[in-house]
Amino acid sequence: MAPKAYEAGVKDYAKTYWVPDYVPLDTDLLAVFKVVPQPGVSREEAAAAVCAESSTGTWTTVWTDLLTDLDYYKGRAYRIEPVPTDPNAFYAYVAYPLDLFEEGSVVNVLTSLAGNVFGFKAVRSLRLEDVRFPLVYVKTCGGPPNGIQVERDRLNKYGRPLLGCTIKPKLGLSAKNYGRAVYEALRGGLDFTKDDENVNSQPFMRWQHRFEFVMEAVRKAEEETGEKKGHYLNVTAPTPEEMYKRAEFAKQLGARIIMHDFLTAGFTAHTGLANWCRENGMLLHVHRAMHAVIDRNPLHGIHFRVLAKCLRLSGGDHLHAGTVVGKLEGDREATLGWVDLMREAYVPENRARGIFFEQDWGSMPGMFPVASGGIHVWHMPVLLSIFGDDAVFQFGGGTLGHPWGNAAGAHANRVALEACVEARNQGRNLEREARDILLEAAKHSPELAIALETWKEVKFEFDVVDKLDVQRS
Amino acid sequence: MPEMQAYGVAKPRYETFSYLPPMTPERIAKQIAYLVNQGWTPAIEHCEPERAHLTYWYMWKLPMFGVYSVEKVMAELDACHRANPGHLVRLVGYDNFLQSQGIAFVVYRGGR
Repeated sequence: MAPKAYEAGVKDYAKTYWVPDYVPLDTDLLAVFKVVPQPGVSREEAAAAVCAESSTGTWTTVWTDLLTDLDYYKGRAYRIEPVPTDPNAFYAYVAYPLDLFEEGSVVNVLTSLAGNVFGFKAVRSLRLEDVRFPLVYVKTCGGPPNGIQVERDRLNKYGRPLLGCTIKPKLGLSAKNYGRAVYEALRGGLDFTKDDENVNSQPFMRWQHRFEFVMEAVRKAEEETGEKKGHYLNVTAPTPEEMYKRAEFAKQLGARIIMHDFLTAGFTAHTGLANWCRENGMLLHVHRAMHAVIDRNPLHGIHFRVLAKCLRLSGGDHLHAGTVVGKLEGDREATLGWVDLMREAYVPENRARGIFFEQDWGSMPGMFPVASGGIHVWHMPVLLSIFGDDAVFQFGGGTLGHPWGNAAGAHANRVALEACVEARNQGRNLEREARDILLEAAKHSPELAIALETWKEVKFEFDVVDKLDVQRS
Repeated sequence: MPEMQAYGVAKPRYETFSYLPPMTPERIAKQIAYLVNQGWTPAIEHCEPERAHLTYWYMWKLPMFGVYSVEKVMAELDACHRANPGHLVRLVGYDNFLQSQGIAFVVYRGGR
């Protein structure tokens, strides 16, 4: 059909982009935004504006619009829904045709969906709540370099969560003293230790020195215990070239796992590193520094479930997911929602967990969620109950703060974990019988008895800031 | 608070449940019941303690496809142990949907 005549000027976005009778295609990329429009802007117009600005539109009509088939390429705002907890806000659903996005590029998807539109004047605030990636798009992404099943096989660890610990103090240790802390924690029974996220290559401990001492510690602990262990060597670096140099050196030293901060480093660097890990048989632990800047405000930004989905597509074997019970933000149902998105092959729509769209991951491997931050041995039963076996529990202070040192702290955590797994398998209720299970296990472990005594009073009972938008009765 | 204790030389460990006291028949039976109730297939492996770090251990017969009897699995564990005194004996639960092991733990800890 020949294009209609060109008319210069500004026209309502809704005329082009609000398509309430549109039925999304299986190949469309779907997004839902929480929108607070400026006063006087109708919901339909605001939804259409968000859709236009994140797809083909600009503020005025241009003659070159007529050189293409805009109906084929434009996004469509197809549904509006009230937000139950906020009368000023509404949800806008947008469908984008597949051809708007470069294959295998979460960078390109986010540049569109979370680009200029977030500074757009017609909306007061805007939050990207969820994205449905069509399976045809999922298939163009690399995904986790190894995945849960392969990691278990590589490490020979089955039927239980994995245990880790972040080495503290996070800044200021020399490489040799740092390696000592790693060695003690691993020989005591942990599976992993971890570089803190801001440990990169500072003057007090350059990365080469850290990598060498740490890997000597890992090897010694493996020899003593006969178990496979790892330390997340942080390869986050100022440039991609430097990042790859550190990853190569870690591989040369025989490291099983490295780590990276995907948000501060950016998705381009991260996806490249994930590809490198896939090609080099390396596990990839992913930290999420900066996420709370983006995802904590309930009215503006990007929800963590979207960041988690993007990371699964970009590639990672572990991703920090919150603890529900520790010192950092995280509502239980919302956390279970994004944990499902990290691990499962198919996730149905579930608004009670904040999941707006079903998501089919095809055969893309899953990632271990990592629970870390202010947790200690008393939390073990509830953590196992919330996360199940496919998770990594990281006790930093809860290992290193043991009165007898890291090895005893690690041992106490391992005993507690195994006692909880055994009790669960016997059909016992972990949350109701938590105390009995731990105290029984402590009879055979003085390390655990002391840990239970040390942390018996510590609680973090603050309400969460970012709650699910559901009315609670 | 009791006095500080030195951690000492770390002992060889064999993954899941190896930081708990050695298994008793009653505790083993409960884990087997859990394993078969999950729909997993019981299987038995054994190995010399000095080669325990290797991925592949000796199989004791084939995995017990279609076996749900706790007593039968207990009897095979015992038979493997008697035929290979001094070896580590491991019970595995194969999960064919995930192509993984839902559980794996050492039942007999060799010479110790």
